[in-house]
Amino acid sequence: MKDVRDALMIARDSNGKLVRRPMSPHLQVYRWPISMALSILHRVSGVALGVGTLMLTWWLVAAASSDNVFDRAQWFMGSALGLLLLFGWSVALIFHFFSGIRHLFWDAGQGFDNPTYNTTGWAVVIATGVCSVLVWVVGLAVW
Amino acid sequence: MSGTPHIDMLRSPLGRARGLGSARAGSHHWWAQRLTAVALVPLTLWFIFSVIHLSGASHDRVIDWLSSPWTLAPMLALIVATFHHLQLGLQVVIEDYVHDERFKMPSIMLIKGLSVILALVCIVSVLKIGL
Repeated sequence: MKDVRDALMIARDSNGKLVRRPMSPHLQVYRWPISMALSILHRVSGVALGVGTLMLTWWLVAAASSDNVFDRAQWFMGSALGLLLLFGWSVALIFHFFSGIRHLFWDAGQGFDNPTYNTTGWAVVIATGVCSVLVWVVGLAVW
Repeated sequence: MSGTPHIDMLRSPLGRARGLGSARAGSHHWWAQRLTAVALVPLTLWFIFSVIHLSGASHDRVIDWLSSPWTLAPMLALIVATFHHLQLGLQVVIEDYVHDERFKMPSIMLIKGLSVILALVCIVSVLKIGL
């Protein structure tokens, strides 16, 4: 024990053995409700998009350089790995976009009751799926 | 006063109304993140449509596209809003998960510095093409 507050975290289990009490919230025993999964996904997608800005930066720098450099960047984005990264980036962006709008409604004090929570949560998932497919179908058709 | 909801605290009504807290920054971080989020709603939509429109485009077409003030201005707005929003969000993530003070402040400085540098690189590139 490094901290006196730790004393509250020590208890005995049914066999009388000293154990450390589990922390709340008990993430490992919860059935994951949709809002919990989406909340963590909002963070994960945000961090992923942060990494994705490197790709945006590279593309803009390449566009500001020569034809040669730009062609190389375009070639990479069109390669299997490039397309996979772009796909992940687009799904993260679309998800973060819809989930972010859901957050903005909460900030305005709307949609806090449980049924609305679940409905808007699934709406975000469905909108992300539909829009991701749509973006790629149209994108590949233009390409 | 009875009937009106209120919280008893050792703080003057003026201090509560200002809501700045001990760091004198108050809700600024929260508000800046919301403001950039709202700005990014139309900007992101515009960017996604533009990227689809430009998929497989030649260098000349991209330069042509960025040379219009109607593209350059929203592009600059997108860059500023994106990196500002990113830096604010990553700061909160670090504050939530990194509890060791020796790593916390340096990590926050690092992501803020990187965000500024990347944003400047993007801005310079875009201006080099568009101006």
